[in-house]
Formats: sequence, structure tokens, C-alpha cells
Amino acid sequence: MSEAIVVDGVHKRYGEKRALAGLDLTVRRGTVHGVLGPNGAGKTTAVRVLTTLLRHDGGRAEVAGFDVRSEAAEVRRRIGLLGQHAAVDEELGGRQNLEMFGRLYHLGARRAGLRADELLERFGLSDTGRKAVKQYSGGMRRRLDLAASLITDPEVLFLDEPTTGLDPRGRAEVWSAVRSLAGGGTTVLLTTQYLEEADQLAARISVIDDGRVIAEGTADRLKAMVGGDRVDVVVRDAHRLGEAAALLGDGATVDVDRRLIGAPAADRMRTLTRTVRVLEEAGIEAEDIAVRRPTLDEVFLSLTGGGSGTRTPTDAEVAA
Amino acid sequence: MSTATAGPGRLGWALTDSWTMTRRELAHWARQPVQVVVGLVFPVMLLLMFNYLVGGGSGVDGDHTEFLVPGMLALTMAFGLEGTMLAVTQDLNKGVIDRFRSMPMVSGAVLVGRSAADMLQSVAALAVMTGVGYALGWRWHNGAGAALAALGLLLLLRFAMLWIGIHLAMVAGRPEMVQAVQILVWPVGFLSNVFASPESMPGWLGTVVEWNPMSATATAVRGLFGNPGGPTGSWAAEHAELLAVLWPVALIAVFLPLAVGRFARLSR
Repeated sequence: MSEAIVVDGVHKRYGEKRALAGLDLTVRRGTVHGVLGPNGAGKTTAVRVLTTLLRHDGGRAEVAGFDVRSEAAEVRRRIGLLGQHAAVDEELGGRQNLEMFGRLYHLGARRAGLRADELLERFGLSDTGRKAVKQYSGGMRRRLDLAASLITDPEVLFLDEPTTGLDPRGRAEVWSAVRSLAGGGTTVLLTTQYLEEADQLAARISVIDDGRVIAEGTADRLKAMVGGDRVDVVVRDAHRLGEAAALLGDGATVDVDRRLIGAPAADRMRTLTRTVRVLEEAGIEAEDIAVRRPTLDEVFLSLTGGGSGTRTPTDAEVAA
Repeated sequence: MSTATAGPGRLGWALTDSWTMTRRELAHWARQPVQVVVGLVFPVMLLLMFNYLVGGGSGVDGDHTEFLVPGMLALTMAFGLEGTMLAVTQDLNKGVIDRFRSMPMVSGAVLVGRSAADMLQSVAALAVMTGVGYALGWRWHNGAGAALAALGLLLLLRFAMLWIGIHLAMVAGRPEMVQAVQILVWPVGFLSNVFASPESMPGWLGTVVEWNPMSATATAVRGLFGNPGGPTGSWAAEHAELLAVLWPVALIAVFLPLAVGRFARLSR
């Protein structure tokens, strides 16, 4: 069987609120799959259903070949979970935590201790001694959390926004750990709000909004979905942004703060020369002009149909 | 590495996991000895206060300290409810519960660990309280067997309070609710015969007080220790030993399944 996760039309309601509305997801064994969506899209609910923490109302969900509702115990033996909040006992030390979890995975006292030392070493936490986890830095806490998720070398690892709230260094640490796990053949399901993160780590990405998948594919395929290349122009005089955007044609977006206009570039070279020419003819001075591939941010915004950042300015903003 | 599948079987794992969770609570104590000491000193403070500041006035013939100590032991057991509720509320609001629940452990072990730790704490509290009581002049007069039976009744009351506490924590689940309960236990605690005999109260109040589960335990324990205020007078007082068993057993029969069921349904 080549699928590590199969989700088929899964529904979950909290009272009136619909958290999952027919979620579909297929993750191949040994791959990293990104689930991308804004806050409240249903990412965490999906992870909680798949890790047996929450029972879904309808549809089918299987992890490692077992049904998450009727075979929860089998699923639990095969998964690791890194939730949004540190799922370790903050009053205890790092080794105490790992040893406790090892015992609860029924490794026995001796093997639980050995495994704890091994994981502390691997995640660079060996020298933390008796220090309680609540005194750890954010990055250390996440690493311990990740170590706890790996005690039994799970078949499927769930990472729910693993780098939210981390500084760049902490984020880099988590990324490199995920890469090395994926290299070792672990299936990883990763939720994130950061498009860059999904782009960096995941082979395939599901974009979800309002509890269902609105697009799925490789990062390149998703980028292709919003149309091809883009041309970016930084205009020197902010007062002329609106005028410049009009010259660049339909689909131009304006970022007032950065004095940046983006527009579709159907043909890279022709669009570039045309852009330079029309701006010059209108006497609008450009600081920078570049043609590039679309970012996942643009994909995301165009798929979810909203958001801030890149948008068409109001007259007041242009005049400001 | 695969998890061990062969082994002591389901019951064996239930015990192993429960022991692991109990060790977790003990490890918490080892890291916060001050909190543990404060928890043990507080009821001693109450005992000293009521012994010296509010001496007499209990409406009972006989030595005031001899009357007060068993009552304070019952009160300490009953007030254990707030400690349990606070601990469970704090635990449920932590991410670590999610990890426990996503692991192949016996899920009830989380609750068993809590109850084992609380019972150990209560045994320690009884030891300290009876020690201080002894120093104040309180004695047991009916032999070691009766004294042990009395301690057993006290721990039974604590065990009932424990499951009420776990259930309340899971129903309310918020720190504000713990505060409300911490305030409410006081009037309930005082509407008992811990500090005064019901015979000294107006009729209706005396009846309420007599049927308070804590009063049954206090009266029965006084009888077993041979202290004043034992089972004489009304029907409830005459049958205090029976009630001191029935009340907690009934409370446990209601709240233990409710609490365990509630924990299992955290996934709904």
C-alpha cells in the first residue's frame, strides 16, 4: 500500500461551526505533504482528526492503513505529533519528559532511558541537565517536542504549524530536522501558514480554505495555476503608482508601501521591453524592473480570494 | 524501533501506565517542595487557629481539642476537592495532555496517576495532622484497629472528593471556576459538625448539618477514636458509621464513571 494518509470527504462540526466540510487528502508514503491555509481554515482540526484526538462526524480517514475512529489504538502506535503548543510537561526536565513518554510507549524503563539519551544527543539537548522545560528557549522546546514525537520512529509524523512563533534560527532548526526525517523515509504531514515553508519542505501541497481543499499539487503546478510569470516595477514617485498600474494593463496589483506594481507577463522579454517603453513614454521613472516566477503567496491569495499585502489601492491611498 | 506488543497484557499495561503517570506527579512534587509543604501546613494552621482562637463554644461536653481534631481531619479530606480540581484544570489546559492522548497508552492512566498522587498527599496530610493533634493533647482511645478504621473512612471521603474534583474540572475546565469552587467549599465545610455540635443549632440547620456527608465521616471517626461528639442522638448520628461508608461510595459510584466517561469523550 503506497498511501500513508487517506482522507475522503471528512466532515467535522463544532455546534454551528463547520470546521471540515468534505476534506479530501491523499499522502503517499515517504513524502512530505504540506497543508496550507489561513487561520481558521481547518488545518488544526484536520490534524486532530488524523491523530485520533478528535472524532470526525462523517467521511473516511485512514492513517498508516488504519481507520482513525475504529482502529485508533493501531494509529497511535504509528504516529508522532508535534502540535502548535509544546506537548511536553513543562514542569519536568527534558530527559524526564522523554523517559516518561518512552515508558508510555511501553519501551520499558531501560530502553526508555537509552532512547531519551539518544534523542537528547541528536537534537542537541544533552547538556540541559535538570533544567525544567519552562526555562527552555522557544527553539529548544520545539526540538524537545519533536524529539518526543520521534520516540518510536513513527511511520507518519504530523507537524501542526511547527515553526509558528519561532525566531529565524529556531525555524531553520526545525526545517533541517524535517528534511533529515523525510530523507529517512518518514511520511510527514505539515500544516503551515507560511507559503515559503510549504515551498521549501513539501513535495506536494494542499491549499485548504473553509474546511476543504481548494487546490492541490506540486508547488510549481500551483504557481502555474495563477498564470505564468510576473513583472515587478518599483516606481520612484508614489503619486504616479495608479497611472503606472493603468499602463501595465489588466491584472496589475499595487503595493503602496513598497511603491511596487506587479502585472502578469505573458511573454517574458516582450512584456519587459513593452513595460520599459510605456513607462518611458509616460515619463514615469522606475527604480527597478524585473520579471519573475509567481510566489506561492500570490497563488494563495488568488485561490483564497482575499487577503492583504498585494492589492489594488483606493484613490485616497494613491493620492497620499 | 517498534513498540513492544508482547508483554503484560492490557491490565498489566494499565498498571504500568498508571504507575508512570503517578511517577510524573511525584516528580512534580520533587521539583516544587515548597508547594507541597504549604499544602500540608495550611490545614495544620486551621487546626491551630480553631484550637486556640475559637476554643470552646462547640456545644459538646468533653475536651475541645479531642472534638476538634477528628473534625479537622474530615474537613481536610473534603477540602482536597479543590486541590484535585485545580491540578486537573491546569493539566487539561496544557498541550501535554494532547500528547498523552495521541499515544498508545491506556488513557485512563492519566486519571489514575492523578488520584494516586492525591491519595498519597492525603495520607501525608493525615500523618502531619494527627501528629500535630497528638502534640496538642488529642488521643485515640479505642485501640489501633479502630483508629485505622477511622483513617480508612477519612481516606474514603477523600477518594469521593477526588472524583468529584476531577469531574468538576472537566465540566468547568477554567481557572475561574476553580476559584468559585474554592470559595464555595467554605460554607459547605462549615455547614457540618466539624466545629460545633448540630444539637447547638436551630432545628432545620441542625438537620442539614447532620446529613452533610462530611458530618457523617466526622461523627463516625470521633466514635472510632473514642473522642467526644461520637454517634449519639439523632438517627443520622446513630448511623454515622454506615453513612460514612454509604455517602462516599454513592458519590464515587456517580462521579467516577462520569469523570472517566468525560475524559474518554474529550475527542468529541
